Amino acid sequence: MAQPAAGELSVSIWRGGAEGGFEAYRVPARASQTVLDVVTHVQRHIDPSLSYRFACRVGMCGSCAMTVNGRPRWTCRTHVSKVAEGGRLEIAPLANMPVIKDLAADMRPFFEKWQAAGGAFEPTLTRADPVEPVRPSEPARKVADAGIECINCGVCYAGCDTVRWNDDYLGPAALNRAWTLMNDRRDGAQGPRLAAVAAGGGCHACHSHQSCQEFCPQSLDPTGSIASLKRLATRAYLRGEIKA
Amino acid sequence: MSGSPTIASAARRGPRAYRRNALWVAAMVHRLSGLGLAAFLPFHFLALGLSLQGAAHLDGFLRWTDTPVVKLAEGGLVFLLAVHFLGGLRILLVENFDWRANQARLALSAGGAAAVIAFAFLVRVL
Repeated sequence: MAQPAAGELSVSIWRGGAEGGFEAYRVPARASQTVLDVVTHVQRHIDPSLSYRFACRVGMCGSCAMTVNGRPRWTCRTHVSKVAEGGRLEIAPLANMPVIKDLAADMRPFFEKWQAAGGAFEPTLTRADPVEPVRPSEPARKVADAGIECINCGVCYAGCDTVRWNDDYLGPAALNRAWTLMNDRRDGAQGPRLAAVAAGGGCHACHSHQSCQEFCPQSLDPTGSIASLKRLATRAYLRGEIKA
Repeated sequence: MSGSPTIASAARRGPRAYRRNALWVAAMVHRLSGLGLAAFLPFHFLALGLSLQGAAHLDGFLRWTDTPVVKLAEGGLVFLLAVHFLGGLRILLVENFDWRANQARLALSAGGAAAVIAFAFLVRVL
């Protein structure tokens, strides 16, 4: 592709499904422009048939993640000036997920695995009971709090080598979620959850490449959560609380 | 669960960006060095087995291992052993001691230390 003119970005965007390809667009470069702004410009001014997903535009909802120049990123908080290489951007849907169309990846496997890892909170009280206070100073609560800011954007899942190799691997976000619930004293499904994350495709499948930790836009540490689950599961196995 | 084709599986995305990740490279070096060491073991046992056939067989083999080419190969073996050992220690640190900062630098240091060990071995034997 030719060098983009001054004040212009040369943008390649994935079009179609898994068998699609990149198409080139020229987009005006602007100050403080985000990658999501670029995609929005293409849809509103060049090709309205471009499909992509976004909602909050401020890094809270986790819906706008895409692959930008080969790396998964949240596009609403990614400035073009930080990632464009010679005025060029290559934007694709998240890897490791089926493609619906253009930049919209199918996140169903991601959320199914989140459920399979016991990601749902299981209450031990009923609505008739008094509200259980959350005590931020408790050691277990501190551990849980370190991981609960996950916005389920799928960036860690798309950047994970083990997910790419192993279809059954639950992935960093699901395991990180499971680890936060394992440290939530109000939750009542600790045993089944630990058995689920210790089974095939669970925490022990992680190879500790730390890509999730590197890519996480919230600066969380899923590698640490998974390593902690490994230790917890190993101790439970040695005590006979879970089976191999 | 994710049986449908993805862009990554369609392999149409050009250069594989994950290969630029130093820790991916470190993991590959760890695995390949492990495979190399596993492949060496049968030959090692074969050489030891020669002693069962008498001293002459073993001495003949040991004389052959004194050639510079074999010494060079042994240097490679020392590198594989050192890089696999140090890489394994690094993983233990990551998973058991919550030491996850600066791992790319630590992996590079492990590779460098293994190369120095292998070089020192070669200087000694050649």
